[in-house]
Amino acid sequence: MNTGKITLKINSRKVSVARGTSVASAILNCKSKLFRRSVSGEPRFPLCGMGICFECRVSINGVKHERSCQILAEEGMTIDTDG
Amino acid sequence: MTYDIAIIGAGIVGAACAMRLAKEGFKVAVIEANEIASGSTAAGMGHIVVMDDSEAQFSLTNFSQKLWNEISAQLPLDCEYENCGTIWVAANGEEMQEARRKKHFYGSRGVEAEILDEKSLREAEPNLREGLAGGLLVPNDSVVYQLCATRYFLETTLSNNVRLIENTCVTGITGAGVKFANGDLLKAEKVIIAGGFWSRELIQDLKIVRRKGHLVITERYPNFVKHQLVELGYLKSAHSSETESVAFNIQPRMTEQLLIGSSRQFGNQNKEIDYKILKQMMERAFEFIPKLRELSALRIWTGFRPATPDNLPYIGAHPRIKNTYVAAGHEGLGITTSLGSAEILTDEILGRKSEIDRKPYSPARFSSVNKVGSNL
Repeated sequence: MNTGKITLKINSRKVSVARGTSVASAILNCKSKLFRRSVSGEPRFPLCGMGICFECRVSINGVKHERSCQILAEEGMTIDTDG
Repeated sequence: MTYDIAIIGAGIVGAACAMRLAKEGFKVAVIEANEIASGSTAAGMGHIVVMDDSEAQFSLTNFSQKLWNEISAQLPLDCEYENCGTIWVAANGEEMQEARRKKHFYGSRGVEAEILDEKSLREAEPNLREGLAGGLLVPNDSVVYQLCATRYFLETTLSNNVRLIENTCVTGITGAGVKFANGDLLKAEKVIIAGGFWSRELIQDLKIVRRKGHLVITERYPNFVKHQLVELGYLKSAHSSETESVAFNIQPRMTEQLLIGSSRQFGNQNKEIDYKILKQMMERAFEFIPKLRELSALRIWTGFRPATPDNLPYIGAHPRIKNTYVAAGHEGLGITTSLGSAEILTDEILGRKSEIDRKPYSPARFSSVNKVGSNL
């Protein structure tokens, strides 16, 4: 496994993480840890970590509602959270 | 207690009849085997649409749409009534011809409609794929959340002469009212059967078959589409005598979700999801909107349209059973035509003239009684 670093953008800020890191982990390494807000405005964070609870959804490369715990961070990815 | 009218079925058609008849001062009981709006009403899209398959279908849908427009201002917010309009999408030149024919049909009957060329279609709906020929925008069509509308129709009149009896199965019409499964009787001078497909359990000679459909609802994607989009090939699907067909049909909800259809199956009477036709239905949608592939679906469900041999509902007096009326068999247009059905049935009960000709919807049209003495 290649353990080199990759760089992605989370809420317009450049972030470097180890290759093999999930998008959820990459977001948890950021200053703002809010993933999304519910319809009624409540803050939401990853809960199950295995793609079942859908609480960790964020926008990845412009596609909304992607489950960040199930997707590995890639070089040049653009992530947008509600944070 | 004797009611003036007992309505069997608290789907949107039964509820609309209750609301309309209560307005005339009738004491009404609505009897529902399950819960309100739990049959075909729950399965639909809630598209309020003027259709042109036949003059009779046009008259009833157009008349009904006007009634929806009139009532829309008083609908509570949870009914999610939205005047988003329909765009009939033309994939090619042949369908563009059909769009022009449709515009002429609507235009000559006073329904606003506007031809969109390739460019204006893309401007109106940027997520549609490139290369579609154009379409026809019908701006006065709307969408509604039919479950809440059904509840509203009943609740708005419940305190006012209407009684709702849920979870109660009617097993027979006695001539002096209706009989429940537990043997109890409810006295009513007139009975209206608004039980959709299940109306056949009370009137066996009513020709209604079930036509299965699938719908998919997505997560929230704001402004992904702005109108209800239906492919012009839809009519080919809706009218196909083949047992199975699919057509592209997508609707923006006020919740920012997308509702995606549609499939039609005659043979399959099973409530389970049929993944083979679901895949065909989604592939059809992806052909029109490739970006749909990236979106997440939340839920898939099925339901059954109560279909009649001529695609028109039964509205009016039963030809043989005294004091008994039918309002059933609305196929995929029951949400749209609920209000018009209630209006003309009320006219018939009161013995007055309707704004549209009621004859095409008469339950007598397929009755064996009419065939006595003929060579058919």
